[in-house]
Amino acid sequence: MTHPLRGRAAIVGIGSAGCGIAPGRTAMELMAEAALAAIADAGLALHEIDGIFAATSTHAFPTLSVAEYLGLRPQYFDGTNVGGSSFEAHLLSAALALDAGLCDAALICYGSNQRSAGGRLVSMSEPQPHEAPYKPRHPITAYALAASRHMHQFGTTRAMLAEVAVAARAWANLNPAAFAHGPLSLDDVLGSRMVSDPLTVADCCLVTDGGGACVLVRADRARDLPHRPAYLLGAAGAGWHRAVMCMPDLTMSAATESGPRAYAMAGVLPSEVRLAMLYDAFTINTLLFLEDLGFCAKGEGGSFVQGGAIAPGGRLAVNTNGGGLSCVHPGMYGMFLILEAVTQLRGDAGERQVPNLDVALVHGNGGTLSSQCTALLGTASAL
Amino acid sequence: MIQRSRSTGTHIFYPRIAVPGTGEQDLEWVAASGLATVYAITVNRARDGTYNLALVDLDEGPRMMTRIDGVEIVPIGTRVRARIVEADGAPLVVFVPEPAA
Repeated sequence: MTHPLRGRAAIVGIGSAGCGIAPGRTAMELMAEAALAAIADAGLALHEIDGIFAATSTHAFPTLSVAEYLGLRPQYFDGTNVGGSSFEAHLLSAALALDAGLCDAALICYGSNQRSAGGRLVSMSEPQPHEAPYKPRHPITAYALAASRHMHQFGTTRAMLAEVAVAARAWANLNPAAFAHGPLSLDDVLGSRMVSDPLTVADCCLVTDGGGACVLVRADRARDLPHRPAYLLGAAGAGWHRAVMCMPDLTMSAATESGPRAYAMAGVLPSEVRLAMLYDAFTINTLLFLEDLGFCAKGEGGSFVQGGAIAPGGRLAVNTNGGGLSCVHPGMYGMFLILEAVTQLRGDAGERQVPNLDVALVHGNGGTLSSQCTALLGTASAL
Repeated sequence: MIQRSRSTGTHIFYPRIAVPGTGEQDLEWVAASGLATVYAITVNRARDGTYNLALVDLDEGPRMMTRIDGVEIVPIGTRVRARIVEADGAPLVVFVPEPAA
């Protein structure tokens, strides 16, 4: 039976601002500029936005701050913050609110100036009291621990992890908007400075500025707007822990639950997904999510990516914008996964376009492998 | 010391007012064996020095974050024993490799 929410709402506008370096700009300025771009892209007027969904690393009450800055009076708002995957969670709540008639035009938005403001990953995360005395440098410590376990348990190698970074750079080289360009080889990654064994600096995402936003409306209205709608076919979230010490199995994330729920809502199988946008804060993420989301068996992520399998021309298009590793990562990267998936579904991705794309998967991750939110987006032919 | 449910015998860490997942509140403090097995480990290479961080599985069941003292890194699966040291003026539980039997 078709899920009642499947295809009921669609992303009709996308926008970004200051991706890379945006000196002198505040997080709110970048968020507002992206929001206005997304609203214009949707062919809507600012005053038509009556639903606000937002999360940042610098605003305690982001939906209030956005409403004030843009001069909006939303009928519905949701500032759920589960880290970098918040925006995939917002897709689901926006679709619910639209379908229930609680709002008619939903804006999801994000902004960060972390690179220009300090050059470091900005986080409002409170220290975890039972981890802090050992001086972890989260997030990398957590992801390095997960990588160490994956290598121990499945024979995954540093070269397999490096393959993820090399593929991301190859995609970024096809994306003029990506922050990191230029050649990157397996040897380059393996020879990079070790930060937290087994992860080198080249296994880590960028630290950039950037704002991003998208607009959703109900499907019946989406058809009349300027761009090809990207319908929300299914979405689900899962999360079991906050601190990595409480993650039951470091080789298996809660995506093993969010993925199947999202696929079931969408009526889509992993084999039908031809673009996977997977939150790659670190190279280990991509391996974990390829496994947890059913693209390969548990433990086989490393061998799956070998030989350029997720690079341009490979067997599965993964992170075609260049990912958090080579395109953009202002701290909560999940917004940009959505923007790339919509760009691809519209057929607007230029040299990196995945041909004849109908279904894209977007998978956000937040915290220390803590929150996992999966969404499936499709064109009209996927409905 | 570690918390244990009187009725189920389940050990938990970190300290809570109830057993996660099942909710028993009949927790008592019992002595821990001090023995554990390394589950995952990384070496943080910062400008201010190099040190490891590990997750260890206590023989009683729960997992905790810690540091393995006296070595740069040990293989996952290494048996370790707890030791209390002072760090930043407070007691801290670290582990050291257990000599092979």
